[in-house]
Formats: sequence, structure tokens, C-alpha cells
Amino acid sequence: MTKSNYKRETITGAQALIRSLEHEGVEVMFGLPGGCILPAYDPLLDSSIRHILVRHEQGAGHMAEGYAHVTGRPGVAMVTSGPAATNMVTPLCDAYMDSIPMVCITGQVPTTAIGTDAFQECDTVGITRSVTKHNELVMRAQDLPLAVRQSFHIATTGRPGPTLIDVPKDVLQAPMEWYWPSDDEVADSLPGYRPTVKGHTRMIKEAAKVILASERPIIYAGGGILKARAAEALRELVELTQIHVVTTLMARGAFPDDHPLCLGMPGMHGNATAVTSMQKADLLITLGARFDDRITGRVNSFAPEAKIIHVDIDPAEQGKVRRPDVPIVGDCKHVIVELIKAIKDLQEGGTEQADIGVWKSRISGWQEQFPLAYEQSEPGEALKPQFCLEQLRDAAPEGTILVSGVGQHQMWSSQYWKFNEPYTWVNSGGLGTMGFSVPAAIGAKVGRPDRTVWAVDGDGCFQMTAQELVTASVERIPIKVAILNNSYLGMVRQWQEMFYDERYSEVYLSPELPNFVGWAEAMGCVGIRVDSPEEVAPAIDKANSIDDRPVVVDFRVDAREKVFPMVPAGFGNDDLVLPAWQQATRASLA
Amino acid sequence: MSERSERTTGRSGFKNHHILSVLVQNRPGVLARVAGLFARRDYNIFSLAVAPAEDENFSRITIVVDVESVTVEQIVKQLFKLIEVVKISELDPRHSVERELLMATVRTSVPASKGEKSTENNRGQVVELVNIFEGKILAVGVDAITVSLEGHPDKLDDFEELLNGYGIVELQRTGRVALPKLDREARLRVVKGKAG
Repeated sequence: MTKSNYKRETITGAQALIRSLEHEGVEVMFGLPGGCILPAYDPLLDSSIRHILVRHEQGAGHMAEGYAHVTGRPGVAMVTSGPAATNMVTPLCDAYMDSIPMVCITGQVPTTAIGTDAFQECDTVGITRSVTKHNELVMRAQDLPLAVRQSFHIATTGRPGPTLIDVPKDVLQAPMEWYWPSDDEVADSLPGYRPTVKGHTRMIKEAAKVILASERPIIYAGGGILKARAAEALRELVELTQIHVVTTLMARGAFPDDHPLCLGMPGMHGNATAVTSMQKADLLITLGARFDDRITGRVNSFAPEAKIIHVDIDPAEQGKVRRPDVPIVGDCKHVIVELIKAIKDLQEGGTEQADIGVWKSRISGWQEQFPLAYEQSEPGEALKPQFCLEQLRDAAPEGTILVSGVGQHQMWSSQYWKFNEPYTWVNSGGLGTMGFSVPAAIGAKVGRPDRTVWAVDGDGCFQMTAQELVTASVERIPIKVAILNNSYLGMVRQWQEMFYDERYSEVYLSPELPNFVGWAEAMGCVGIRVDSPEEVAPAIDKANSIDDRPVVVDFRVDAREKVFPMVPAGFGNDDLVLPAWQQATRASLA
Repeated sequence: MSERSERTTGRSGFKNHHILSVLVQNRPGVLARVAGLFARRDYNIFSLAVAPAEDENFSRITIVVDVESVTVEQIVKQLFKLIEVVKISELDPRHSVERELLMATVRTSVPASKGEKSTENNRGQVVELVNIFEGKILAVGVDAITVSLEGHPDKLDDFEELLNGYGIVELQRTGRVALPKLDREARLRVVKGKAG
């Protein structure tokens, strides 16, 4: 489509903005109007786009993220200038850290007022520059369609990420002659943006050789697998090579947990086998992962004998933390497909895969000896949070999407849930944003209304963004929230117990306040309180049976429960701390 | 920016001295993006010079950084991630031409107190120094003189050091600009691969 395909049609900047979003295929957006963005909310009334009115702009941002996580399509948020834009900084940063495609539109004071400290003015592009993949202040109505196309293009290609378009009020009101830029026009307008999709053929061949020669290989699968829609390709690679896979926090579900070669989550709270198999490997086949500090522990003692194959679409990840032996810049799906071909070519040419049998039996030995486990509570004792999660998991309808906040409940969710399908796990990994889960779950449910969406939250997290349950009730978005309520900032409490001599400083939240059931009901949700193990299953069944409004279940859980295993911050992964009863046999991890 | 004193290791020039020539789209905020990236990732800019390039839609930024090669590689990759960065060349000092401009006001005598004549007039010596270096005299005052010198940054270092003996009142250097040399040995290392 080029300009010439259209009759001359003069519309306002605001109309052009909304029409551009429609042309980008936007079906739903999350936002809250205000002074400077007002003109854009008028044509929205006549648009096919569903707008979900949030109660706080941060909620709009996390909803857009949740939507993007489960659909793979960019989430869209629209808010006004000044405080609304600053409230959007956290979700933008969250999306930037976790490579979530998202487009944010902010209102700005009129062009004539910019720089005068006008009412609700802030330097939005300046403030969001380091938390977006790209941002743009659009100073002419005529530029809006191109700016929208550029933003969607940048947000969704290469390494995905958030983009922001800042639009002054008078630009929204000004007339413009409608056009829709062609793909070529977009490409020509971005001469410095050419993501590398196709991996280097020679490097892929080299990787295939290294893989077949390895005696102790591990596939280290990261969130890039999901971003590249490469789960199928990964499965094919695993089945061809029979190599075990660890799935990082951002990659849970990228390879099914019920597959015999899936080792689950590595890292600071990873299971002993996943952590140790990476440590002892002679090859890490790194696919869309970035050697985050929560994975590596102390970098110089991480996987000391391993060669590194590193596949990442972002060249800056190559060698940022660990120098790769075989760097491959490209899209994970594309590279994995080519890698499978290269391995098959070598095999057909007579190259045999090294014997990995001994390695695999070592791995099975660790799995048998160090299962993920917790001590069940005795009758009359407080509920165990892990027990609640297991019950939730076992009662969850097929295809349930799990969304978590940040802290202990997040780690237990990742550990105890069984993710057998991609895009069923949504969480804030890189930024670690408390308060993520309620709004992200709402966004996920909007994106996948056919699925059950459970938000697992902590009582600390819940209190940061719970007001969005009003949005959920009003907009009829029936999510379910499980609060693992231990009346503490649990993860901080755990660190204070383990590393600060049990000196608990500012981590105790009131067990009486708020009244979560009353609060849930006040927001139009069903509220259920659970204190003892026998109440767990009935409460979950009741929650699962309600589909006309949100449900909040307040699980009162044992505050003393800690997340294990754990690699203490600053230590190497060989210093993994196991639960007390496994600690005695830890020598067999050597 | 680092302290001037950390800068040189004698005539051989900078320790871990790398010159990046960065071609960017000439758009509002692009310098802030580049500078912000350096600040955000804790990379030290030694000097930075920016002006429109041969095509007015683009600007060329010459950045001098004092870091290890591994870090330079990471800086280049991170810079490439900026959407408006079009091309980055690391210029090898042996195969590039570099220039810088220095302006300095130098004290030529201790200012006179009331009713007395100023003492210790060094104007002649400073002028001689400017002539030796083929610099220019821009302004002359009773107790001070403003001079300029254009040339290779190493030459400017020497000039500055010698002027320092007389007392530099104010100094401004532009930071270096550089282009690849036009000899057959010219090796312009264009770093390939655009970030996603």
C-alpha cells in the first residue's frame, strides 16, 4: 500500500493515530485518558479497538505485557502525559528486560508549551530512553502513521522490546493527509535497523560438529526460544540428539516438563540437577539465553569446563558475560532448524555422536537423589505454600496459564508447576517487578479468553497493584488470584534469616490487615480464605468453577518456609544450598 | 569524563586508546541516546566531537574511549542497538588522520598591584613557543595572551604541557576528529552486523 492508493483524505492526527493502530491489527489496548491524550480518546469511540480502562497506568503497561506474553502480538497501552508517563516507566523497563513486544502511546503538552514546565509536562522520551528499544516524540501530525509503523516494526522484530510514541496534544488536533506507509518506506526510514535473522552457515556447521563431539552436553534454553516461536524446533533438536534441556525462568514451557529429557529450571533457585548438570557439562548449547547473574552465580566459577555455543538474535549478548566458542547471531527458530540439518548432514556423512550414556546416567542419579521437595506440614500446623501450588496445579484445567509476581511464590510456582505447553507461564524475570501478576494476568486473560488464568501472588505483591481487580470485574475479565499469604515480604525475610542472623528488618506485614476477602469482595470479586490443608482443594474447586467474575483465594501459609535449593548471592553454583535433609548427601553432586 | 592526568602515557599516546567513528541519523535526541548509553553502561568517554556529515541527513560522531579491547567490542555492539546508529568504524590510529583544535589563554606576567608595574613578563617566550608549533595568536592582553593550535592531538598534548609552565588561565580542546587515511594501507575496520 502506498500513498497513491488512497484518495486525498484530510483527518486529524488523533484519527490518524487510531486508524494506524487499526491498520497494525490492534484489537485491544489498555489505558487511562487525561488532558493531553484527550483528542485520541474521541476517535477511539468509533474504532473497532477494544479499550480497557485501568485504575492506574502501571496496570495498563503490565496488562499489555501479559497480553503480549501469551499471544506473541505486541501489547498496546495508551496514557496521558506527565505522571501517567512516569507511571509507565516500570512496565516499560520490565518489558525491556524481558524482551516483550509492547507499544506505548503517551500524550504530551502542546508543541508550543514543550520545555516550559507546563502542567503535566515531563520529558517522556528522555525519561524512557533507557527503558525502551526505541522512542519518538512526534512533532507533526503528518508523521504519525510512519511513527506508528516504525514502532510496531521495531517492537516486534529482532530482539523484541517496548517502544514509545510521545504525541503532543496539538499534533493530535492538527489536520493531516492520510496515508499508510509501505514496508519499503518503513525500511528506508530506518537505515540503521537491520536485525540479523539468518545464522552464519559456517558457524552452524561448526556448532553441529561440536555438539556431536560432546560427551557431557546440556541444552540451555532461554526466553528467546519462546520469542522466536521455536519450541517445536527445539523439541526436534532434543529428540535428534537426546541431549537434556534446562529451561530458564523465562523459558518455562518452551520444552515440556513431562518430557524425560527436561531438567527444569537452573539458577539461583533451580533444582539441584539442572544447576549441577550445567556446572559439570563440557558443552552448553545456549539457545536464546543471556547468562543472567541469576543463572550463572559467580561468573568465574560457572560451568568451568564447558564450551559455549551461543545462539542469540542480539549480537551484544555474545560475549557480554561469557565468551562463546561458537557464537551464532540469528533468530533461534531459524538457527535451530539449520542446526538440525547440519547435524543430520554430518551423521549421513558418517560422523557419529559421542557416547553420552555415562553422562545421562549421572544426570539420572542426581535426579533420583535430589528431587525438588519440601516437608509436608503436620496436622494442625500452618499450610505449606508448595502444597497449595501442587493442589492448584493438579486441579488446573488443561491449558491453564500461570502468572506470577516476584519473590518466593514466583520461585515455587516455577519449581512446582508443570509447564507442558509454551506460553502458559508469565512472570517478571529480569526486572523482578513486584505487583506484576494481577495486571499481567488480566492482560493474559484478555489475550486468551478461552484459557483459565491463575495469578499466583504474594501478599506483598498483591498490595501493590490489586486495584486492577476492579478493572477485571468491570470489564468482565474473570481471572483467579491465589495469594500465598505469609504476612511477610517472604524472599527478603528468607535472606534476613539466612544472611543477616535472623535480624528481621521491615519485612513483617500485618496478618490482620488488609482483610483480603473483604477487599476482594469490595472490588467485585469472590473472596475465599483458606487456613488449613483440608480447605485447599475445595477452595480451588470453587474458584475454578466461577467464570463470571474474578476470584481471590487468600491462602494463609507458613512464614518460615524458604525457597530451596538456593545459590547464595555472590557464590558459585557449586555452593548450592539444599534443603536440610538433602544437605548431608550433597557430596554426590560433585 | 576522566581526569586529564589519567590520560597519557607519554608520546605513544593513550593507554587503551580507541577511536570510534559513528555515523548516525541526524535526528533530535540522537546525541543524548549515544551519551546516555555510555553513562548507563559505565563506559568512559574521553572525548566526543559531533557535526553533520557529508550527507546532511546524517551526523558523524567521533568518540575516543580509553578501555580494553573486550569492552570496545561490547560498546560497539551496544551502540549498534541504537536504532539511529547506521555505521560504526573503529579507526586504527596508524591508518587514520586525526586532528584537534586547542585554544588557551596563558598568563604572561603576574598582574600588577596598584601603582606598580607588572613583573616577570613572559610574553616573548610564549609567542616564540606558538611560532615553533606554528600556532596562532588570537588575542593579546596586558598580562595574558590567547593562542590556538590545530594539529595532531599528541602535538597538542606537548604544546599544552609547555604552556602549563607559564600558567594556563583557561583551556578548551575540541576533542579529536578522525577519518581513515587515504593510503593503500588504509584499513577501515567497519564492524559488521546490525543489532536486533
